[in-house]
Amino acid sequence: MGKGDRQSGEAVIRVRGLVNRFGAQTVHDGLDLDLHAGEILGVVGGSGSGKSVLLKSIIGLNRPAAGRIEIFGRDQAQLSDAEAKAARRSWGVLFQEGALFSSLTVAQNVQVPLREYFSLSQELMDEIAAYKIAMVGLDADAAPKYPAALSGGMKRRAGLARALALDPPLVFLDEPTAGLDPISAAAFDQLIMGLRDTLGLTVFLVTHDLDSLFTVCDRIAVLADRKIVTTGTIDELLHCDHPWVKEYFRGPRSRAALAARTAQAGQNGRREG
Amino acid sequence: MATRAMTGERPEEPRLEIDAAGARLRLLARGDWVIDSADRLERLAGAVRPLTQTRAEIDLAGLRRLDTVGAWLLYRIERALAAADIAVDYHYRTDTQRRIVEQVRASDSACAIEPPEEHILLTLIEDIGVATVRIVTDFGALLAFLGNVFLRIGRSILHPSRIRLTPLVHQIEVVGFRAIPIVGLLSFLIGAVVVNQGAVQLRKFGAEILVTDLVSFGFLRELGGFLAAIILAGRSGSAFAAEIGSMVMREEVDALKTLGINPIDVLVLPRLVAMVLVLPLLTFFSDIMGLLGGAIMAWLQLGLTVDQFINRLAEMSLLRELYIGLIKSLFFAGVIAISGCFQGMTVEGTAESLGRNTTAAVVESIFLVIVLDAFFAVFFTTIGW
Ligand SMILES: Nc1ncnc2c1ncn2[C@@H]1O[C@H](COP(=O)(O)OP(=O)(O)OP(=O)(O)O)[C@@H](O)[C@H]1O
Ligand SMILES: [Mg+2]
Repeated sequence: MGKGDRQSGEAVIRVRGLVNRFGAQTVHDGLDLDLHAGEILGVVGGSGSGKSVLLKSIIGLNRPAAGRIEIFGRDQAQLSDAEAKAARRSWGVLFQEGALFSSLTVAQNVQVPLREYFSLSQELMDEIAAYKIAMVGLDADAAPKYPAALSGGMKRRAGLARALALDPPLVFLDEPTAGLDPISAAAFDQLIMGLRDTLGLTVFLVTHDLDSLFTVCDRIAVLADRKIVTTGTIDELLHCDHPWVKEYFRGPRSRAALAARTAQAGQNGRREG
Repeated sequence: MATRAMTGERPEEPRLEIDAAGARLRLLARGDWVIDSADRLERLAGAVRPLTQTRAEIDLAGLRRLDTVGAWLLYRIERALAAADIAVDYHYRTDTQRRIVEQVRASDSACAIEPPEEHILLTLIEDIGVATVRIVTDFGALLAFLGNVFLRIGRSILHPSRIRLTPLVHQIEVVGFRAIPIVGLLSFLIGAVVVNQGAVQLRKFGAEILVTDLVSFGFLRELGGFLAAIILAGRSGSAFAAEIGSMVMREEVDALKTLGINPIDVLVLPRLVAMVLVLPLLTFFSDIMGLLGGAIMAWLQLGLTVDQFINRLAEMSLLRELYIGLIKSLFFAGVIAISGCFQGMTVEGTAESLGRNTTAAVVESIFLVIVLDAFFAVFFTTIGW
């Protein structure tokens, strides 16, 4: 599946004129954003630019001061409590440190949403937990462990397994590779791409990791000056004139990541040829 | 295809048609094979029995929606047939179906849900051993901590200019000043209750006037210091443990050390000194409020005027009782501050450990306050005070 054929999908998330304020500080001011079905959208922006607040507004953990947020075409502000709960089924969220429940084992964590929404047989629940855990690349011996006994990378994977428990078509990931070593981070990137392709996920990815941006994202949205200043593919952003975007994508670290990507692409091309 | 799941439309009933007429067993899946219908899917999957055929085909052409749970149950059928030596082929309608089924098949791995349970006797013995070791090491750590604190106190006395006044003043405010309302209110109420209940008993002997003795002895010698100590143990002992503990967790304490600042100086001493300064004052305040509550209750219940109450107090020599209460409060203060700070300093990085140590600080300091109080009761009686 190439990257080109994902662009045409209908909008899964449509944010219009979003305003968020904390006291006198305006974090977002008329922010617009679209997320299309089947794509991985990377959201970047400086520290404190409001990426996490944006994510929280979309998933309903933060009530915006103004603006309209539609998910799968439904205005989130108009939903009744029951509808909002039903809507939550359609997305999974991976918080930065995994946010696993520390009193439950990994497998029990994965079963929490299953229990909350359905009454399944215990046998089926155990099987579901087992294949979800395998699907995110965790060993079976991680399943009966408590989160405190997991490494950072394993916690993210376990968190992803829980986020995917109900087979949501949409997932939100908040800096999933932050604090991971480059090998684990790259493996996590591959995992996300693989799952997107098999399960047809739509992914909203907040990240600072340039390698992630270059390898997994179909499109990138840049949050600066309290708005999304531009969205586009990497190549489009490399030619963008906004000062922050310029500095971000043409800085030394970005150039290194870009060079790595080009080298890899060349290698793959040669191997296939 | 999955996006349709969210529009809230009800899933179509899943079905499985079994066609056993041909040389191949044909299973035609129809409807929505999604988690919403998991119960029914399990029954459908369980109903498939291997027949005489040696080959089977699972046909997904008529299937509308498929998620990983549906795919898993298809895979269960496949597994059951394969166990009976029947080779299974799939006929997919879309590529997505194939990918989901293959992904699920590749993820088949049994796993335990909970850690294995150990033998109850073994865990009991293990727990006893662990607890014993913990008590011994904790006691050692406490001694080391105390030694360290006394060392730093000695240094501070030798170099008074190094004492940090700002945190000290802050702690005096937080520990002492802000506790005034609660200490005052509770002491007032208890003073009133002592008189109220005491009068009922003393009336039997016609000695209602002795309620003044009851409340004044009771408060000055025991209750005032005790009440103030229990309140501060709950209010400030826990806060000490939580504040210092969260600083340990966020490595702020390590940061202090690398900057050449002794954490005992900046974290423990201000709290200890503030507590030792403030608890006797609060004890005195509690005494006064207790007497006030008693006096008002005596007036309301027995018609004893304030004049009479004060005269009766003046007839007794209460100074010694006051001293006893104040001396004890110094020790209570030390115990509360030390156990709060010690529990804070021994937090181990996790949030559970922070919670555990905070609780331990309160339980331990209240326990020690009561033990000390009992000890002093015996002690002062023995020396004839
Ligand atoms: N609950 C809150 N109350 C007040 N201000 C807040 C709150 N949450 C966020 N902010 C402010 O909103 C701004 C954006 O915060 P946000 O956490 O979204 O940043 P971010 O882009 O995620 O940064 P980072 O990359 O460091 O995670 C910050 O200036 C922050 O101080
Ligand atoms: Mg953030």
